[in-house]
Amino acid sequence: MSQPAAYTIDDFHLAEEPHHPEGSSTMLGFWIYLMSDCLIFAMLFATYGVLGTSYAGGPTPRELFDLPLVAVNTAMLLFSSITYGFAMLAMVDGKKGATQAWLLVTAVFGLAFLGIELYEFNHLIHEGAGPWTSAFLSSFFTLVGTHGLHVTFGIVWLVTLVVQVQKRGLIPANRRRLMCLSLFWHFLDVIWIGVFTFVYLMGMLR
Amino acid sequence: MQTVTSPALSPIFGRFTIESLPLHEPIVVGTFAMVAFGGVVLLAVITKFKLWGYLWTEWFTSVDHKKIGIMYMILGIVMLLRGFSDAIMMRLQQAMAFGGSEGYLNAHHYDQVFTAHGVIMIFFVAMPIVTGLMNYIVPLQIGARDVSFPFLNNFSFWMTAGGAVIIMMSLFVGEFAQTGWLAMPPLSGIAASPGVGVDYYIWALQVAGVGTLLSGVNLIATIVKMRAPGMTMMKMPVFCWTALCTNVLIVAAFPVLTAVLALLSLDRYVDTAFFTNTLGGNPMMYVNLIWIWGHPEVYILILPMFGVFSEVVSTFSGKRLFGYTSMIYATLVITILAYLVWLHHFFTMGSGASVNSFFGITTMIISIPTGAKIFNWLFTMYRGRVRFELPMMWAIAFMITFTLGGMTGVLLAVPPADFVLHNSLFLVAHFHNVIIGGVLFGAFAAINYWWPKAFGFKLDTVWGKRSFWLWVSGFYFAFMPLYVLGLMGVTRRLRTFDDPSFQIWFIIAGFGALLIALGIAAMLIQFAVSIRDREKLRDVTGDPWNGRTLEWATSSPPPDYNFAFTPVVHDNDAWADMKLRGYERPVTGYRDIHMPSNTGAGVILAGLSVGIGVGMIWYVWWLVAVSFFALVAVAIGHSFNYARDFHIPAATVTVTEEKRTAALAGAAL
Amino acid sequence: MARPLTLLRSAAVLPLALLAGCDMVVMNPMGDVALQQRNLVIFATALMLLIVIPVIALVGIFAWKYRASNQDAAYDPDWDHSTALELVIWSAPLLIVICLGAVTWTGTHLLDPYRPIERIAKHRPVASGVKPLEVQVVALDWKWLFIYPEYGFATVNELAAPVDRPIRFRLTSSSVMNAFYVPTLAGMIYTMPSMETKLHAVINKQGDYAGFSANYSGAGFSGMRFRFYGMDDRGFADWVARNKAGQGALNRATYLQLEKPSEKVPVMRFASADPGLFDAVVNQCVRPGTTCMNQMMRRDAGDPAAMKTMPGMAAKPQPHSPLTGGDAGEAPPKNPRDIQQRSNASPSNPTTM
Repeated sequence: MSQPAAYTIDDFHLAEEPHHPEGSSTMLGFWIYLMSDCLIFAMLFATYGVLGTSYAGGPTPRELFDLPLVAVNTAMLLFSSITYGFAMLAMVDGKKGATQAWLLVTAVFGLAFLGIELYEFNHLIHEGAGPWTSAFLSSFFTLVGTHGLHVTFGIVWLVTLVVQVQKRGLIPANRRRLMCLSLFWHFLDVIWIGVFTFVYLMGMLR
Repeated sequence: MQTVTSPALSPIFGRFTIESLPLHEPIVVGTFAMVAFGGVVLLAVITKFKLWGYLWTEWFTSVDHKKIGIMYMILGIVMLLRGFSDAIMMRLQQAMAFGGSEGYLNAHHYDQVFTAHGVIMIFFVAMPIVTGLMNYIVPLQIGARDVSFPFLNNFSFWMTAGGAVIIMMSLFVGEFAQTGWLAMPPLSGIAASPGVGVDYYIWALQVAGVGTLLSGVNLIATIVKMRAPGMTMMKMPVFCWTALCTNVLIVAAFPVLTAVLALLSLDRYVDTAFFTNTLGGNPMMYVNLIWIWGHPEVYILILPMFGVFSEVVSTFSGKRLFGYTSMIYATLVITILAYLVWLHHFFTMGSGASVNSFFGITTMIISIPTGAKIFNWLFTMYRGRVRFELPMMWAIAFMITFTLGGMTGVLLAVPPADFVLHNSLFLVAHFHNVIIGGVLFGAFAAINYWWPKAFGFKLDTVWGKRSFWLWVSGFYFAFMPLYVLGLMGVTRRLRTFDDPSFQIWFIIAGFGALLIALGIAAMLIQFAVSIRDREKLRDVTGDPWNGRTLEWATSSPPPDYNFAFTPVVHDNDAWADMKLRGYERPVTGYRDIHMPSNTGAGVILAGLSVGIGVGMIWYVWWLVAVSFFALVAVAIGHSFNYARDFHIPAATVTVTEEKRTAALAGAAL
Repeated sequence: MARPLTLLRSAAVLPLALLAGCDMVVMNPMGDVALQQRNLVIFATALMLLIVIPVIALVGIFAWKYRASNQDAAYDPDWDHSTALELVIWSAPLLIVICLGAVTWTGTHLLDPYRPIERIAKHRPVASGVKPLEVQVVALDWKWLFIYPEYGFATVNELAAPVDRPIRFRLTSSSVMNAFYVPTLAGMIYTMPSMETKLHAVINKQGDYAGFSANYSGAGFSGMRFRFYGMDDRGFADWVARNKAGQGALNRATYLQLEKPSEKVPVMRFASADPGLFDAVVNQCVRPGTTCMNQMMRRDAGDPAAMKTMPGMAAKPQPHSPLTGGDAGEAPPKNPRDIQQRSNASPSNPTTM
């Protein structure tokens, strides 16, 4: 309960309905959900850690990874986080149009990220380095692909929110949803930093 | 499924053909006929009495935590019947298959039966019962009107039910996994298990797992955010504490299961190499990962029951719980240690002496807080006034049985001892000893204890006692022989036996299973008799046991809004404190109450998830695609519905509460 | 009072009589390792009974003494804390766990299956210069292959060892996990495909004992049993001679035949066995043309010498997408032959080869 104790030791009930701000648990609940999602990624990172050097005679990271391309990709995602931040600033100022515009810019960066990732996957498979080639590639595709699926889901959600803001404006419910998506989007950024460092950079060093 | 010789997949039916139906299996056809007959009768009755509308609006679409809790319990009890029939079939097979006899089940069936038994009992009996109890009781005990996310709660229930639907489908369409309840690769890989069985397993658990995870998130947020004013963490009822710890465990363990099953499905569907013998895959990683989920799962099941026993022992001893603080710390220690013991499930993998002894010793350390809990219940009875009502009888049976089970558990935690007892019937006896003696006895204590709260009348004690004695004696008859067989070197999951000296023990165990069957029957009769005699067993006070926690402060069954006024808490046992200090129930000044609205979205989303699962199992790709896009569309559509709540007008509250005032006055006369 | 007591006594004696009638091999083993493990079981149980018996007794005593109808008993509804008692509650199990933990630590190290045994029985250390009998064990679907490299022969579903000579097992599995378990000899150990585990043991008494798989491995699991014979030196020499006198050679081709699933296989004897076979099984390269896993791992680790010696690995692996491949949707097996074999559960007798 957020409100101060408005009762004495002899009170056994509140005379007035307590004011639960609507959705007061939402941020906590969503944060707990994100932590569980984080655990899924932790599992995938651990799997990659165990299997990441099992090339089974197949290609190694150094032979496969195109670091400049991945760097561009990383930049896309990082830019999208900045633009999402601008969207949130506009939301705080109550600027509906600006919020939507920044959200759409975020979506464009997100789509660019996905496009590059799909290009990379397609390229690898055509080079004969698909997820069925070795345990290393299985865990690589799964880890990076799961992140990509999350980004895809985030974009669908983002577009939905743009429409909802259009219809209803920046009402408290929509603000709450934007905050949740913000958490989600930045969370994906953090995960990607892990992927970029742990998978790509360290893969090239191996 | 003969992959190599099978015809090309049908674009419409995937790999489903008419041969997938077990029409040539008389046992399965007979079962199907019975289930189908029962189902048709049930549907006919519902239709005849025009109950569909009632069920849909009052139950299926309800976001009321109490109704969802009851639906979870019903699901758990129905699935208990299925899981138990598997157990009876195993007992019969093992008592028969001696001296060259093959018994009456071939390997294909028997291996499905024991796999299904384990999966159903853990995921679709114990989990729904535990979740149902927490759903029903926690909001009442913390003085809340509902959980934090009522729609999510409804959705979670239907996902769990959807998983149950998938696993029941496997009985009649295709086959179930023949791998044991954890589906260890390489046995569960596509090479060794090419059929639909393992896919049924994966998708039933994935669909149900989403429900479990979300309900975990929901209950944590509820307990953290929705407590009545004055209820600090250290004034929370012990059941709520154990529920909190259980849900923390759920949120921190179920993602692991989701991930590891996803990796197994990738191995099966797109030919990746996570757990394969070749291409760098590592089956031992699956064993580790699944137990990193699997061991906390054990505590997910038992912790809430520790909470139940804390409530029951203190209520029926007429005393405050001894050592509340140490009880809470014990629970927290167990929660943390639950993550540090998983390797004790496979000491025999050869991990090396230091690793094995580390995990052995952490396992032993868990027995310290658990032992402290047993002592706390013991000293709660000390200088109490112990009333031997049914819940208390179950609690005492638990304390004795669970102590024995705990002892054999610690024994198995000693690696060299585990080398000779692992995978034996001794192990099987041990975990039934703690799961039946702990989780099921706890569930029965809870059902007998809170039934009057949920329905307004007590359960019949005659049939309750019959059920109690049949269950307890049945348990000892069924599982003590398994300890002996384990010491005779008999392994689990065997279908036939050579050594005739084992047979007598299997026959005794079979007799025990029969007693348990009668115990289940007696329990169902207890429910029926109690419903028939409900007027005689009626309790209008709302507090039939002289309870101590807030759920007993309101009427039985509680109104939709639980409490007309939000209670204020000053002490641990809030309701006992209120009674002691002469609390008078307010009878005027009612206000409008803000409540969540019902919605059918949960049912639809879960139904579509089942569609995805079934499509994936049978390679019916169009069904997967259609269900998936429909799922996304419905979810987005649901998010456009902003009108998710309403107010119960004060006038309605007044009417409800005045009825209760009149009933209380009548009871006082 | 007398009658209930006699009743109680007879009720207690009955199960004991039943127990006396059965052979609890885990409690009465004939190998020194299993015997030490049994002793640990007894010690741990006794230690825990120190606390378990009082707890169970107290449950009964308190429940009876403080029953609601006994109005003479003290009633103290607000008594809920006692620091001294809490101390006892936490420290009593703690002491037992400390004691048990110490025994566990030493016991686990001394009885580590990977550790060569140092004694063949109490006060009888292994004489210096004694070479342990090496047995290579392969768990197949669903039978056991035992290779005796020292003597160059192999058997299926029959194992023997001379009394009091240390045995060193090297174990693996062909397709799925199993556990090798001879309860009278020593605790079990998993056998895993593409992995090697080890077990050290000794048998102290002649006899005919049961051995089996203790980890479920599929349809033929129940029949996956073998006999283990403890023999005196002469008997063992005879047994070796009998095996060597037999016909048939276990080479890679016969192994691939033998590997196919079969159930309740009678004892088979191979007079000679390919010395490199076990390592090839562990490394999944019995089939001609396949690359051994240890070689692959050396290459993965960047060992250039390994790269040169790898036949067929110069070419990139062929890409294939199972979902868009020939029979769309059907996830094809890595090795289609395996599938046909394992799903064809009808017992086929491999002795006909």
